[in-house]
Amino acid sequence: MSHRARQLRVSALARVEGEGALNVVLHEGAVERAELRIYEPPRFFEALLRGRAYTEPPDITARICGICPVAYQLSACLAIEDACGVAVSTEVEALRRLLYCGEWISSHALHVYLLHAPDFLGYPDAIAMAAEHRDTLERGLALKKAGNALLAAIGGRAIHPVNVRVGGFYQAPTRATLAPVAEQLRSALDTALATVDWVASFEFPDLELDHDLLAVHAESQYAITRGRLRSSSGLDFPVAEFPDHVVEHQVPHSTALHAELDGHRYLTGPLARYTLNFEQLSPIARQAATAAGLGSSCRNPFRSIVVRAVELVYAVDEALRLLSEYEPFQPAHHPVPPRAGIGHGVTEAPRGVLYHRYGIGTDGLVTTATIVPPTSQNQAAVEADLRALVAANLALPDEQLTPLCERAIRNYDPCISCSAHFLDLTRTER
Amino acid sequence: MGTPSLAVWKFTSCDGCQLTLLDCEDELLALAGAVRIARFTEASSTVIQGPYDVSLVEGSVTTPEELTRIQRVREQSKILVTIGACATAGGIQALREFSDIAEYQSLVYASPQHVETLATSTPISAHVPVDYELRGCPIDRRQLLEVLTAFLAGRKPNLPDTSVCTECKRRGLTCVMVADGIPCLGPVTHTGCGALCPAHNRGCFGCFGPMNQPNITALVDQLRACGLDERAIDRAFRTFNATAPEFRR
Repeated sequence: MSHRARQLRVSALARVEGEGALNVVLHEGAVERAELRIYEPPRFFEALLRGRAYTEPPDITARICGICPVAYQLSACLAIEDACGVAVSTEVEALRRLLYCGEWISSHALHVYLLHAPDFLGYPDAIAMAAEHRDTLERGLALKKAGNALLAAIGGRAIHPVNVRVGGFYQAPTRATLAPVAEQLRSALDTALATVDWVASFEFPDLELDHDLLAVHAESQYAITRGRLRSSSGLDFPVAEFPDHVVEHQVPHSTALHAELDGHRYLTGPLARYTLNFEQLSPIARQAATAAGLGSSCRNPFRSIVVRAVELVYAVDEALRLLSEYEPFQPAHHPVPPRAGIGHGVTEAPRGVLYHRYGIGTDGLVTTATIVPPTSQNQAAVEADLRALVAANLALPDEQLTPLCERAIRNYDPCISCSAHFLDLTRTER
Repeated sequence: MGTPSLAVWKFTSCDGCQLTLLDCEDELLALAGAVRIARFTEASSTVIQGPYDVSLVEGSVTTPEELTRIQRVREQSKILVTIGACATAGGIQALREFSDIAEYQSLVYASPQHVETLATSTPISAHVPVDYELRGCPIDRRQLLEVLTAFLAGRKPNLPDTSVCTECKRRGLTCVMVADGIPCLGPVTHTGCGALCPAHNRGCFGCFGPMNQPNITALVDQLRACGLDERAIDRAFRTFNATAPEFRR
């Protein structure tokens, strides 16, 4: 191949959530531009939250994303409780974690089986894959269903649950409501372990990346809803310092803002969590990872499907542990009287760190809102991957290189609906 | 007659309603046998050209590009069904209509000139004829299956258009507003969710939008009696179906 100028384009990325495109421009054998173009229309959440009651962000921000609404609800709750100076009970915290496990299971099973696996097996989608792998797809759907059942048992429904409120829940579920879910999850654990074996057998393109990694970290457990921020470059800071380290800026080719950590690109999500929190995985999840050939860190984005499968094992295992300890409690929420102030909340959405910050006035109305979703944080890293991948595979013809680029994007399970919105800017680019 | 074709389209939305199709875990493979999923970008790299027998449309119209795209979708679709509050009533992003869009844009983006957006967020029916509208933020999985089954069988969907109250009574739930004074939009909200919120000891927040001929005035009096002031009442109606005519304040 000896094109002087060459362009790789995908106008509508498939098997991702939301609307994005891919554009790589090469000139004389060098990558000139590599862009993940996000054209998802903006919805202005941070603007429309102003003037709403401090109790409303959990339900409103859930609508940013139909795939990870619980992540939005809980980052919002934590930020508002922080602003109001309230710490919730350990019962509330455990039930939140249990609910969140449901979202991880459902979201990861969706990505592994329906969106990502077809790339490795050479199918355009999971339905086509089912023609030859029906039992496998049915197994994946059962796993996804178990996650949704957990979400519905606690939250009322899987998409945009209704039971989450600032301070806790409207109602704590009864043991009778949760019992059939525990039954489903027990068989889901075997399914999740089989999933790790299955995806570990795929062939992975070679790619090792040096992105800095950022994840929530806690000493006692694999962090989901509580902890400090840690990076592989050695940063370690509390949630309230997030805006001091992470700065977002607008780029012309995207309605999502790009983010930098202390001035450099970084990656959040399963690879970051796994690498930074390997020690906190439960024994069964660690064992599955080792059997799948993963070390204590993973820097090949194509192997993220294996890491997601390991996190599926962890989330099911953790949900079973939380269910075995669960006792219904009353009242189901802690009172949270409004207080003027600013609060920060961070949780680990299935796709990575999700930060919310709210300012609340003396009248209990929201004065400012800032939301930094994982996909906008990962954009620069995704574009760096595209660059590295194209540079290493220049000999491939367009019809092979373009799909490889599309795969590189799908490695991150980008949630483009989430990423396009938002915020008060501190920097601009011409 | 060949296998009917199904297309799924996204406009401005959160993807939750089209995800509902993938959440039909027990029915998905049977559905894929009964219809040809010809276009569903979130789930497949395959795009089969139209025309399509049934199109499911998610999201509202908020950009100049979407204004023209919805016309093309209509031309290619024998039956067009909107799925969810955005496509049916404008969605949460229609709250921009109560503010200044230029201010919204500058609050969010440093260089608003790169972002093309309209000052309105309108339902699909404001632009093209719609054959059926499914409500909810998000839609209900069972209702989606009923609509697909009905159109595949060549009949009309059989879905009730009464209020959440009727569903609540049928479930034998205690009324949260009467018993506990909790503000509830159930009396004016379209049924379909299974009275989820009252079942969780919370008032309905109207995510399915207005029922057929709601008595808003009577409910507003009741909301005042529950202690809501006028601003709180405005906020209660201004959520996911804020620009539905009956809820618009």
